[in-house]
Amino acid sequence: MAALTDIRDAIRSRACSSREAVLACIEAIQACDPQLKAFVSYDGDRAIERAEEIDEQIEQGQPLGPLAGVPIAVKDNLCTSFGYTTCSSKMLEHFAAPYDAHVIQCLNAAGAVIIGKTNLDEFAMGSSTENSGLFQTKNPWDVSRVPGGSSGGSAAAVAARLVPAALGSDTGGSIRQPASFCGVTGLKPTYGRVSRYGLVAYGSSLDQIGPLAQDVRDAALLLGVIAGHDPRDSTSVQHDVPDYVAALDAPLTHVRIGVPAEYFGEGLDPEVRAAVEAALDVYRQRGAELVPVHLPHLAYAIACYYLIATAEASSNLARYDGVHYGYRSEKVTDYVDLYCASRQEGFGPEVRRRIMLGTFALSSGYYDAYYLKALKVRTLIRQDFEKAFEACDVIAGPVAPTPAFRLGEKASDPLSMYLADIYTISVNLAGLPGISIPCGRSADGLPIGLQLMGPHFGEAPLLRIAHEYQRETDWHTRTPPVCANGTKE
Amino acid sequence: MSTRDLETKPVIGLEIHVQLATRTKLFCGCPLEFGAEPNSRVCPVCLGMPGVLPVMNRTAFELAVRAATALHCDIARFTKWDRKSYYYPDLPKNYQISQYDLPFSSDGYFDVPVGETTKRVRILRVHLEEDAGKNLHDNPAVTLVDLNRTGTPLLEIVTQPDIESADEAYAFCTELQKLVTYLGVSEANMQMGHMRFEPNINVHITRDGVVYKTPIVEVKNLNSFRSVRGAVMYEIERQIQDWLADPTYTLENRGKENRGWNDTREITEFQRSKEEAHDYRYFPEPDLVPVEISEAWLAELQADIPELPLDRQQRLQDEVELSAADAATIVGDRATADLFEAAIAAGGHGITLGKQFISFWLRRAKERNTSIAGLGIDAERLGELSRLTADGTINATAAARIAEHMLDSADTPMAIAQREGLIQVKDVGQMQVWVDEAFAANAKAVQDAVSNPKKQQRARGFLTGQVMKLSAGQADPKIVGELIDKKLAELAAG
Repeated sequence: MAALTDIRDAIRSRACSSREAVLACIEAIQACDPQLKAFVSYDGDRAIERAEEIDEQIEQGQPLGPLAGVPIAVKDNLCTSFGYTTCSSKMLEHFAAPYDAHVIQCLNAAGAVIIGKTNLDEFAMGSSTENSGLFQTKNPWDVSRVPGGSSGGSAAAVAARLVPAALGSDTGGSIRQPASFCGVTGLKPTYGRVSRYGLVAYGSSLDQIGPLAQDVRDAALLLGVIAGHDPRDSTSVQHDVPDYVAALDAPLTHVRIGVPAEYFGEGLDPEVRAAVEAALDVYRQRGAELVPVHLPHLAYAIACYYLIATAEASSNLARYDGVHYGYRSEKVTDYVDLYCASRQEGFGPEVRRRIMLGTFALSSGYYDAYYLKALKVRTLIRQDFEKAFEACDVIAGPVAPTPAFRLGEKASDPLSMYLADIYTISVNLAGLPGISIPCGRSADGLPIGLQLMGPHFGEAPLLRIAHEYQRETDWHTRTPPVCANGTKE
Repeated sequence: MSTRDLETKPVIGLEIHVQLATRTKLFCGCPLEFGAEPNSRVCPVCLGMPGVLPVMNRTAFELAVRAATALHCDIARFTKWDRKSYYYPDLPKNYQISQYDLPFSSDGYFDVPVGETTKRVRILRVHLEEDAGKNLHDNPAVTLVDLNRTGTPLLEIVTQPDIESADEAYAFCTELQKLVTYLGVSEANMQMGHMRFEPNINVHITRDGVVYKTPIVEVKNLNSFRSVRGAVMYEIERQIQDWLADPTYTLENRGKENRGWNDTREITEFQRSKEEAHDYRYFPEPDLVPVEISEAWLAELQADIPELPLDRQQRLQDEVELSAADAATIVGDRATADLFEAAIAAGGHGITLGKQFISFWLRRAKERNTSIAGLGIDAERLGELSRLTADGTINATAAARIAEHMLDSADTPMAIAQREGLIQVKDVGQMQVWVDEAFAANAKAVQDAVSNPKKQQRARGFLTGQVMKLSAGQADPKIVGELIDKKLAELAAG
């Protein structure tokens, strides 16, 4: 499977048809997905029909959208008017959304062909996709390991070249961390850059939709399609959408890269440290200035995040009660019972844990000590970044403390799983854009990611700087062994 | 011990929900329609489907600011939304979007006429929130949920506990209804549930110089003025009696409790105590941005506020010399008051028009279950009728007959008067002829009017009636009276 831009150009120049591109995807999925289990659902017939429509438009010389005919996958917490939107939860296993999310409308308008929907940690709560209420997704580089999460299905599908690109969502690192674990490029845009309308909410003040792709160019192309103000999302911002792809070729002069000491402290795997430092060296050799910066409140980020995200989640997930739609318990006697039993049976243990944490944090008598204090810490973290960006253009560091861990390794220890989010969470709390790009491999052959973080609405320079690294290196072109048989060029 | 030995002071605050007169819901574009097919005025947003987001209805916010301004509240320059969590089948998100610690307005007051005086009730706060749907329990085996009402914009008005009687509570509610309809903020239609009331009541009882406070009772969900008065009256008496029966029945011991109003038995019934109260787990709504109110926007909204009912009533009393009662009646309905003033502007005669509004038009409107404005008679014709009456072109009886015709035809009062022969005759010679004729035909009455003191008054009235009859109602009764008196005086003088 070639990259998104290449397929787009091939279809546009009639070197191949959309139908052929879609068929190649379907073949790859059929070959690899039984092993990887990246997809919750895919509908080949629907995709082929849509591809033929696009081919017809090309045939007739009609004006084409920027993704005309290109197959793409989306995380299964994005509402689609076709198929089911499960959030990988038993609660919504048979839930057919009555509308398309804003980003789905954007993809459709751009001519993309949505081929299927990918697995996630249930309601996007997790860092390994092991919390999926449906099944586990495997890491294409080593099927005994997790793909990361919660957008593990999207990351695995792109890494294994089952699709050229996919959409994910990132609340505390859910795009960047699986991108890092699977060796693909993943961007979490600025909060408010992409409309959340139709993204099933987890932590509303943190959630953001973004692309997972083979390289920065494809991520930029996809971001350009989904970014922009949407009147249906009051938190989406009226801010011009620049041509992110064109910006990749802008001249780059005197880049200052902030290096926060806090991102290289205790708990960072030496192999990850070495790979990230090597990546910083690449930038230095290209003339960038490395600037020490400080993010002193990093130590509080995890606690802060797990109060705010769970508080919002406890409220966002209150609607799944068995009354109006979704899973309803059979064995009930009254309506209170209906709520309790439906929620107990419909949600998995991690979702229930977070709902309980969040409910507690918002309870009378605890609100000030937990939720309100977390909001204050959040402000401090945001101010840390604002101050740091006075001295640099982007901040660089690792995405995750380790490469992909083994399936089941942390499943019984939620706290160690939470701690693995240490480097990604601050970006969500501060509402900033962050990108993960492959920058090396561990001795075990597992991908390692470099994280670059930018100021609010600084996607264009962020992508430009990330692209510079990919011009100099080829980590992003490496493909995992699992798709050797399924690869089609 | 009887209540006569006690000094009792009822302490009453009101929480009132008023449905705003927007076309669409507070956070989505669904139309507001009373009585529509269940679950037909809904969309993914108000159904609380996964992934949806609310968007504030700007008109609702503007109406709310208008109401709060008229209640003399401070308008916050920065206000936010909060989620209030509770599980109920008619609340599809299982949280309500409301305003908690930063309501858009607070600290106002409302002057309410009570009898001959005016009562000032302080307003604690006014905020906006969304309504829930309705659970229908028609069939005992199942509960059906209708979500058409879900997301309807509600204004919640909370007063300070300044109200001291059922009459004051009643007056506050009716006056508020007048205010919000005046402002165009709400249709305030009671039958459609546009206003719902929750009085908080307790009584401060003084005995031997010691003050005892009864538990604060919140009576939930009253939807008529009558039930507000009934519930408050009942509660005051009940609380005093319960305290007399059990001196531990105090706020200190029992805290707050919720009771419901039984409309049939006209009593309140216990629902739950404070210990069982919900923990609503309020927190800021992350899906909505805070509202910042600029000075320019506020000035624009405040410029839109029309003259308020009490001010208008006073002006009509001063300018048109209406009585307080008549002015209040006319001002009670904004459209009617507008019509009244338009009729005066069109050349109507104020006092006469006022009398005709109260004695004739209001009665006809009530018969037809509408307001005077609802009768559909234009201001020009109303004004003309009053003018013709006032200048003597027609008399009062003729005016009433013309008005009847005006209800069914678009003709001017003058045209009707001419067609029906109701123009008052001012020819004194002709009137003298009728007077002479009536005297000649009724010798007995003439004799009584001249010389029987007991029957004098009635006989004179009879003679006047006979003259009017001869004139087919067209004689000017004033002149006829003068001619009769003159003739009787001549006869008496012999």
